[in-house]
This record gives sequence, C-alpha cells and structure tokens, in this order.
Amino acid sequence: MAHAKNHDYHILNPSIWPLLGAVFGFAMLFGAVAWMSGEMTILFEAITLSGPWLFLIGFVGVLYVMFGWWSETVVENKVGDHTPVVLIGLRYGFILFIMSEVMFFFAWFWSFFKHAMYPMDPAGNSPAVDGVWPPAGIETFDPWHLPLINTLILLCSGAAATWAHHALVHEDNRRDVKNGLIIAILLGMIFTVFQAYEYSHAAFGFSGNIYGANFFMATGFHGFHVVVGTIFLFICLMRVLRGHFTADNHLGFEAAAWYWHFVDVVWLFLFCAVYIWGG
Amino acid sequence: MADAAIHGHEHEDNRGFFTRWFMSTNHKDIGILYLVVSALVGFISVAFTVYMRLELMEPGVQYMCMEGMRFTAAAIADCTPNGHLWNVLITGHGILMMFFVVIPALFGGFGNYFMPLQIGAPDMAFPRMNNLSFWMYVAGTTLAVCSVLSPGGNGQLGSGVGWVLYPPLSVNEAGMSMDLAIFAVHVSGASSILGAINMITTFLNMRAPGMTLFKVPLFSWSIFVTSWLILLSLPVLAGAITMLLTDRNFGTTFFDPAGGGDPILYQHILWFFGHPEVYIVILPGFGIISHVIATFARKPIFGYLPMVWALIAIGALGFVVWAHHMYTVGMSLTQQSYFMLATMVIAVPTGVKIFSWIATMWGGSIEFKTPMLWAFGFLFLFTVGGVTGIVLSQAGIDRAYHDTYYVVAHFHYVMSLGAVFAIFAGIYFYFPKMTGRMYNETMGKIHFWAMFVGANLTFFPQHFLGRQGMPRRYIDYPEAFATWNYVSSWGAFISFASFLFFFYVVFHALTRGARVTQNNPWNEYADTLEWTLPSPPPEHTFEQLPKQEDWDKGHAH
Repeated sequence: MAHAKNHDYHILNPSIWPLLGAVFGFAMLFGAVAWMSGEMTILFEAITLSGPWLFLIGFVGVLYVMFGWWSETVVENKVGDHTPVVLIGLRYGFILFIMSEVMFFFAWFWSFFKHAMYPMDPAGNSPAVDGVWPPAGIETFDPWHLPLINTLILLCSGAAATWAHHALVHEDNRRDVKNGLIIAILLGMIFTVFQAYEYSHAAFGFSGNIYGANFFMATGFHGFHVVVGTIFLFICLMRVLRGHFTADNHLGFEAAAWYWHFVDVVWLFLFCAVYIWGG
Repeated sequence: MADAAIHGHEHEDNRGFFTRWFMSTNHKDIGILYLVVSALVGFISVAFTVYMRLELMEPGVQYMCMEGMRFTAAAIADCTPNGHLWNVLITGHGILMMFFVVIPALFGGFGNYFMPLQIGAPDMAFPRMNNLSFWMYVAGTTLAVCSVLSPGGNGQLGSGVGWVLYPPLSVNEAGMSMDLAIFAVHVSGASSILGAINMITTFLNMRAPGMTLFKVPLFSWSIFVTSWLILLSLPVLAGAITMLLTDRNFGTTFFDPAGGGDPILYQHILWFFGHPEVYIVILPGFGIISHVIATFARKPIFGYLPMVWALIAIGALGFVVWAHHMYTVGMSLTQQSYFMLATMVIAVPTGVKIFSWIATMWGGSIEFKTPMLWAFGFLFLFTVGGVTGIVLSQAGIDRAYHDTYYVVAHFHYVMSLGAVFAIFAGIYFYFPKMTGRMYNETMGKIHFWAMFVGANLTFFPQHFLGRQGMPRRYIDYPEAFATWNYVSSWGAFISFASFLFFFYVVFHALTRGARVTQNNPWNEYADTLEWTLPSPPPEHTFEQLPKQEDWDKGHAH
C-alpha cells in the first residue's frame, strides 16, 4: 500500500499556530492579571512586568494567530481540501461552538433571573435592594425607546444577511450579496454605537449594585459578540469581493450568518427579559 | 515510539522532534502528549497530598509551620501552624486533579488516541484545533502552577479557597493568585470545549463505512457522551468564574449581598457545571473498563445497547441533580426532595453498567493480566464509592455527613480509586499498542497491589473519621481522631510509593520491555479496530478506510 490517502477527510500538515496561540494567550491573561493587580514582579522580584504592555502584546499576538490560522484555512478551502464530508464536519463544529456560546449566556441569564425573581431582602442581609426588582433606587431604561429601535436594527441586519445568503445560494447574484452584507454590517455597527450611547446614559453604575452588574455583563457580552459578528461579516464581504464564495462552497459565509442569527436571538431574549420584563 | 517506521512500514517518518511534538496535527502524538503532561501534573498534585497526609499523621501541627515548611517533624512548641499553606495545598490538589490531570488523561489522552482508531477515522475532524486544545491545556496548567507560587491571601503565596472557589472567600482572597487560578480554569475550560467540539464532530462525521451509531465501541461512546457534558457544562462555569473575576476586580456584586448579590447563586452555577464534571471524569473510565473486562473475560460485553443507553442516561441525569452538593445552604424541603430523588435515580443506569460488567465476566474464562486487575479494582472500589454516594444523597443523612471526611472518602473512592484505576487499566491495556513494547507483568501486578492496598488504607478509614464527625479541610484535629488518621497517612505513603514505582515500570518497559510484534497482543476479544493496526501504529492510520468485516464481529447485542 503506497501511502497515498484514499479518503476524503482532511489530513493537515504540522502547524505552528496552536503553540503560538497558546503562548500569546498565556501572555495576554498573565498580563491581564498583572494589570488588574497593579504591579507584578516575577522571578524573586528581579523583573517588574508592565501588565498593560504584556496584555497588549499577548492580545495582538492572539489576533495575529487568528488571522494567520484562518487565512490558512481559507487557502485550504481554495485548493480543494474541503471536500463535502469535511464541509459537513466544519458545519457540525461551528454549530457545536454556537451551542457552547449559548451555554455561556445561560450563566448570565441564570444570574439575572435569580435576582429578578428572588431578589435579596433585608432578612437576607441585603440593604441595597428591598426584596423588589428592579432594586429600589434603580432607574432602568425605557425599553420602548432606544432598546426597541436597537432590536429593529439588529433584526433588519439579520434580514439583510439572510438576503445576501439567499442571493448567494439561489440567485448567484453577487451584487445583492455585496449589498446585503454591507447593509448587515452597517446596521451592526449602528447597533454597537447606539448601545455605547445607551451605556453612557445609564442612570445606574456597573459596580456596587446587582442590577448594574447583571445588566452590563449580560448586554456587554452580547455587545462583544455583536462586534465579533460584525467583523466576521466584514471578512465575508472582503471574501465576496475577491470572489471566494460559490453557491455550494461558502462555509465561512454560512458560519457568519449562523453566528449573526445567534447574536440576534440572544438579543431578543435580553430585550424581552432584561429590558421589558425585568425593567 | 520514534521508530514507528520499522514495523513493516516502508513509510519513513521524516518529522523532526520539534515538528512532531510541538506542531503536531496527529491525534496519536497529541494523545501521547496529553498522557505525559497529565502524568507530570498528577505527580505535582499527588506530592501535595503526601505532604498533607504527613501533616495529618499525628495530631498537632509539625510540618506546615509559619517558621517555614519542614520535612521532618518539629516540636509542637517550635511550630506556629500555617493554615494558609494547608489551604493552598488542598486548593491546588483539587484544581489540578479536576481540571489538569484526570480530564486530560482520560479525555485528552485516551480519547484522542483511541476514539479515532476505534471508529476507523484517519485522524480527528480538526487536527490543528486538536493541538490548540493541548497547548491551551499546557498554558492553563502553567497559570495554575503560577497561581500557587504568586502572592495570595494572608500575605503569603497562593490561594486557599478550595477548588470550588466559593465566594465570599474567593472574592476576598487578596493578591493576584486567585485571578491566575480563575484564568487557569478559563483556559483549561476553553481547551476542553474545543476538544469536545472536535470529538463530537469526529464521532458523528468520520465513522468507518457501515459503522452505525449503535455499532460504535463503548469507549468511543463514552467519549462522545463526555464531550456533550463538557460542551454544555463548562461554558456555564466560565460564566460563573467571570462573575467572580469582576466581583474581585471591578466592584460588581454578583455574589455580595451588600450590593444585592447572592453567594448561594455561585454555588448553584458552579455545581450545575460541577456535577456533570464528575461524570466527565468517570465516563471515559467506564468505556475503558468495558473493553478491558470483555477482553480478559474472553466474552463480548454483556448488554451492549443498555450499556450505551446507561451512558446517555447518566450524562443526561448529571445535569439535573447539582444541588445535592448543597443540601445545607437553606433550600426548601421541596427542592431538597427533588434533588434527592433525582440523585438516587442515577443509581439505576450506574447499576446497569456494574451488573453488565459482572455479567460479562459470568461464565467467561478470566485471565488476571494487569489491566484486568485494575478493572477488578475499579469495579469493587467504584461500587463502594457509589454506595456511599447513595448514602450521601439523602438530604437528612447529609446533615450529619456534610463537609466531613465521609464526603472526602466518598469522592476519592469514585475518583481517585475509580477514575484513576480506570486510567491505569487503560495505560496497561494500551501500553503495548502505543509503544510497541510490553510492560513487565510482575511489576504491573506489584504496582496494582501496592496501589490497591495503599489507596484503600488511605480512604477507607476516612469513612470512620467522617462518621465520628471529623470535618474536612482542617490542618489539625483532636486526639480522638488520631488512630485512623495515622492509618490513612500510611496508606497515602504506600500509594505514593506505588506511583513512583509506576514511573519505573514505564521506564523499564520503554527501555527493556519485550517488543510487541503482533497487532493484537491480547486475544480475539480485543476486537476493536485499534487492534488491527501495528504496534505502535504508523504515523498515518486508515489511509485506506477499514472494511466492515475488519470490525463488525456480529456479536449479538
């Protein structure tokens, strides 16, 4: 048996990216700890570390690894390593990744619902709130103003992404793909700006009370996912401009669209639960 | 191992050392890396416990002194007890064992190496991401070790909050040590999640032609179910410890009642992860034991289908019983009743597994090779741990046993004596396959008996201590508990000696062990696909996908 591969699975060459990624990730987190704790000396106080710099180096390194790694993936796709069965696997992988993300938000919603349904009361030694939700003294946002507009913006953005998807798969209309993506990205950016505007006008703080903690961490992680999703769509736009996608091979696009819809759905839950019901 | 090419394969392995071990995209090499690193981390973690058992050997504090750590007993008068050091050691032991030893060894090591082989896949679905999992595990381990050695609470090094990281202790613990520990868990969690995504995709997408779901070998099934538990529970933990991180550093009040938060919330979220976690630890062990018992009883596994469904049932039930870890926090009676009932239900699928293993051996011609001894040990000890688990599941009885040594004995019987015995069963069972060399049978048996006696001597008396009311997590105890603590410490020393001996057994086997020339050194009941390959397998396996007659032996299910 000559050692030729006789199957459609993807056997990869050795790669330096995983090791680099872990090293930079370590530097980033170590730097973050040094940053949070003020100053850090290591090796028996021989070396003083600058937390922010170490964090930054690690962070840029991680971004570099992501770029290099996924560029390689794109090239592999172009040279035909992504056979139909490999594409199925990549889809499974991405869906599973989104499932794990859902479970991450599960924790934040758990904290929110616990505190909203069973707020601490004075008998629980909690002077800050008085057995009511939102806690006494907390002035929440009116869900029917900016949050509602933001909901519509995000849903429209999702619709635009779907339009682009449809144009790619069923119509082979590259102009519509491009326009749909541009609209989706712009709306995503507007959402982020509006969210930042809303944050800057919050009548409650991040620290010191449970309402702010729940609100900012849940919507903040969502906002982070919006930014990631926007970048993901932007990469897809760049790839569309270079003619990467075809009607049957557009995995990156599909993943971006799924991710974007996941972000949409999380927002709908946030909007209904945190803004309307718990506001 | 580096000589895979000589086993009848003209294919030359041209990879350099760095390329092979640092840039690997090969599931077998990554599996080996996982096993080696987890053995080293396991050694650190076990060394912690030996020092702790040394301290607990006699009443009074003789070793962990404010004046400095000692390795010979100090006079009580010369020693101011250093409780912080004690707390750091129990925390380090727990975190390392839970996140950095057992999961990497069973899931990362055996899962990586053998799951693709058993299902006839040429590699994992995402070979490069597989290596990212491994290196993130190394990064996480480094963060965890840094945590033990960096400034923490009480003006000393390390954090002494217990592996569960309960607030308010973990929020108030000073220094950066706690933050490093939190990030260590984040990173290892991300590593495991990526691993789980990889395993699930491989399992679903890359099975050999004709291998339908219910023809997949049990070990691969156990890895598949474990992957789901990891995928769905670890992100929740990531959320909980992120809350800890912001509570510590940015003034949020998730767990601080002064700001309307609730420390009990942390316990709920932690155990929502923590209970699936204990099944993550043990399920791959179940898988290994099934193959070992079938092989050395020379019978196909009894009740394959119920065995699979029991794995699935245990996995699913694992998500709905978490609060039995917290009966004493003041839950309503209804809640306690529910969690009690749900917990006891798990005994049913677990019983299905235990009795199926016994039924497999029934009427078989049993051969007591070393792996089988470990499997026997596992069966007996895991059953003991399971039975004390049923005792502890009673909310009423738990009032008396909560946070006593009874609990310590229970979870060490299921994990230290269950999961770890399964790991050793797997190592001896697969050693010839992975290395192409046979371990020394006598040495393996000595290792087993020393560990079996040592571990039982360590943990069995702890049931008595718990029943007498000795609380866990203390550096010192009254005279009344002296006898069984003394026995327990001797047990720990024997176990440690057996662990050291294990490293020698491996060294001996690698350098002097007899070469394994046949694909299957056991017998025809080791009938899964990994036994159709040379020992050790070449760099690339199944370049020609296996045919159904290679693996489908048509045992009646």
